[in-house]
Amino acid sequence: MDLTLKIWRQKDSQDKGQMVDYKVTDISEHMSFLEMMDVLNEQLVNTGEEPVAFDHDCREGICGMCSLYINGEAHGPDRGITTCQLHMRMFNDGDTITIEPWRAAAFPVIKDLIVDRMAFERIQQAGGYISVNTSGNTQDANSLPISKHAADEAMDAATCIGCGACVASCKNSSAMLFVGAKVSQYALLPQGQVEAADRVKNMVAQMDLEGFGNCTNTGACEVECPKGISLENIARMNREFMSANIKG
Amino acid sequence: MALDSKVPEGPIKDKWTTYKDNINLVNPANKRHIDIIVVGTGLAGGSAAATLAELGYNVKAFAYQDSPRRAHSIAAQGGINAAKNYMGDGDSNYRLFYDTVKGGDYRSREANVYRLAEVSGNIIDQCVAQGVPFARDYGGLLDNRSFGGVLVSRTFYAKGQTGQQLLLGAYSAMNRQIARGKIEMFNRHEMLDVVKVDGKARGIIARNLITGEIERHSAHAVVIATGGYGNVYFLSTNAMGSNATAAWKIHKKGAYFANPCFTQIHPTCIPRSGDYQSKLTLMSESLRNDGRIWVPAKLEDAKAIQQGKLKPTDIAEEDRDYYLERRYPAFGNLVPRDVASRAAKERCDAGYGVNGTGEAVYLDFASAFVRYGKEQAKIHGIKNASDAEIKKLGQGIIESKYGNLFQMYEKIIAENPYETPMMIYPATHYTMGGVWVDYNLMTTVEGLYCIGEANFSDHGANRLGASALMQGLADGYFVLPYTIGDYLSNDIRTGKISTETKEFDEVEKEVRDRIEFFINNEGTKSVDHFHKRLGKVMWDKVGMSRNAKDLTEAMAEIKAIREEFWKEVKVPGTANEMNVELEKAGRVADFLELGELFAKDALERNESCGGHFREESVELDGEQKGEAKRNDKDYAFVSAWEYKGEPADAVLHKEELEFKDIELKQRSYK
Repeated sequence: MDLTLKIWRQKDSQDKGQMVDYKVTDISEHMSFLEMMDVLNEQLVNTGEEPVAFDHDCREGICGMCSLYINGEAHGPDRGITTCQLHMRMFNDGDTITIEPWRAAAFPVIKDLIVDRMAFERIQQAGGYISVNTSGNTQDANSLPISKHAADEAMDAATCIGCGACVASCKNSSAMLFVGAKVSQYALLPQGQVEAADRVKNMVAQMDLEGFGNCTNTGACEVECPKGISLENIARMNREFMSANIKG
Repeated sequence: MALDSKVPEGPIKDKWTTYKDNINLVNPANKRHIDIIVVGTGLAGGSAAATLAELGYNVKAFAYQDSPRRAHSIAAQGGINAAKNYMGDGDSNYRLFYDTVKGGDYRSREANVYRLAEVSGNIIDQCVAQGVPFARDYGGLLDNRSFGGVLVSRTFYAKGQTGQQLLLGAYSAMNRQIARGKIEMFNRHEMLDVVKVDGKARGIIARNLITGEIERHSAHAVVIATGGYGNVYFLSTNAMGSNATAAWKIHKKGAYFANPCFTQIHPTCIPRSGDYQSKLTLMSESLRNDGRIWVPAKLEDAKAIQQGKLKPTDIAEEDRDYYLERRYPAFGNLVPRDVASRAAKERCDAGYGVNGTGEAVYLDFASAFVRYGKEQAKIHGIKNASDAEIKKLGQGIIESKYGNLFQMYEKIIAENPYETPMMIYPATHYTMGGVWVDYNLMTTVEGLYCIGEANFSDHGANRLGASALMQGLADGYFVLPYTIGDYLSNDIRTGKISTETKEFDEVEKEVRDRIEFFINNEGTKSVDHFHKRLGKVMWDKVGMSRNAKDLTEAMAEIKAIREEFWKEVKVPGTANEMNVELEKAGRVADFLELGELFAKDALERNESCGGHFREESVELDGEQKGEAKRNDKDYAFVSAWEYKGEPADAVLHKEELEFKDIELKQRSYK
């Protein structure tokens, strides 16, 4: 198929940036979206132009690097997938596709379609861990039975890949789905309960400091999340946060 | 230089304990004055960085992605082995050790592997303490599954995302240390060379990938944890950015490179669909627990399927060839990866392959649906369940076990694997070879360590499933923190290492010169153009099946591509900005050298062992006819290559392998 691409080009964080049109031809429907971008970039390199910079790495939907806003949707029109898993069979010959970076004040653009997600790093550094040293004499793994239900729910929260689609999809640029997932994983498990109150308070404080917006329950994040992280995690975080503050 | 593996004396069961009891320690006050650089923050690098920082050292960690959590360890799906024997099925440290050495076709170092087995249980304890949500049974205890090449269930897992969860565990431990200021994290940085002072590794030159700035970083020791070199094939299951540059750069500065030809071709990957393909996707080996692999037994059926005239579900049970079950009745679909891959290639080469390209076999879950469905019907007391109901119940169980893999498959191929069998084909996945290290995980350069997939040590000529995560975490959490302390105990009076020295000047100049070359070279072809050509030579001539003629040709062809690369490569943009093509150019330049050494090593090793199959070395008769033939008399050694300029001129050093605790015998999975 032949396509017109409207792509955000921005030289660096200081540049104002603009949309630029490109044409690609003979795109196979079996290609992944990023393979289509590879074709475009090969074309650009061959004509001496700078290729479009975009984040990507594992190309199997797990590393969370890829982060394109395609036709107004984080990770494009398909559901439950990342950009790298999006295939061209979702598009038609002659389509015009708009490709932008994640848009959020807390995610400044580095170049073209690449944004800086260090805010997520700092939130996790504020408390997204259990304080246990590596010693080699930790208690035996089976000495602490955990109900299958809790373990499975913790796993569901832990599958978050930290891509930032939730922030990009939210009209308030809220990071609550991400932080909620992180808080929930630990809140559901017995390990690390002694520091649970500090954890949620510190992570939420850092989230606010980074300039993410608040949650107004539109649920857009849940719809666009490639890993199906549920809104329940936000509710759980709010509950944890409130009880942590009541306890003092 | 003679290779000294520094394996401690004494019985194998006591070596590690005795070693730990007798090494020198660094007191906590002194650790504060010692710096360690860790390059790469996957499972090995991440766990090492966190643990070293917990101990009190000042750690500088480097990753090319924007977060340590994105390292390709995250893509490991199936699980992590540990000799816990929670299943009570006869597992033990010795058995894990034995399985690993046998699975590696007797080309790994016994003492290292035993230590690996010994610390494996601790890894699970540590990860659970960190909050890793491993799969559990209804009693709340940890669940296990089985992987290829073993007869026990010792694999712990977190759905099909075990690598992700373990990496998030190590990453959370890192975050705790980053917050304390004990780890200084350099995201979006790439190490471009190592700096040696008086023969010891004392720092690195790195490029800030956002600004293009070239930076000097010094330390008392340098740890390389940058993963494997599978992307030398261009198409592999590795991440797009996975590269061998750090490993290759230290090789050029004196670290020997061991067994480059030992590469794992994973049997269960999604087949290639066209020339634009950028990477291949793995389907976890755990699927072989429940899936049965087959091709049509009749050539005419295979042809009809290739032409799209028949569907797999049209082929009657008696017309299917479950070739692994047929050839290897004892292990069936769970033979080790190298055996399963070659068997698939053998069937496809004979014309029985099943997709348009003829390069695919089926992985079929139909019988598992029935098996689980009947079990569920019984559990839930459903009497006289129809076939459709049973199938549905069984599909539910498969979904809970492998749901994310089935979804991934459906998104890529656009076929529903619950209704039609999956198509799979082997692809490059993991490299057992890598930088040579001694028992301390130190390379042939003093103060320079190499851990995880980047080193060669534990998997011999073939790695067993779910052992990569185990090795990465063993090295990072439990081995390196001890061994590096012993070395650093001599450095407590050294003081801060200056970066304002001629050694740093020289290496920085080399790095800058190379970058300038790429930017100023007026070539005509993209970096990918050369990478794809290299990959094709590697796959066609240094792939699953190798012979002397092809390997000799491959060496010459890779050299020719390399020479053309340096004349014709084109890199747009400038050096002082984010420049993805420039990053790729440096990596492919190194792959073009490594590929030739790889072929040379494969040519030198005229035996078949593990993932390295030489057509000249097969069993000619008996029960094992046609199977790989190892040659212990002439090749029971590790090939460690010393850099001498051109890859073809590399000098071979042999570390003879001694097997005191395991009898060498032919691997039989029949």
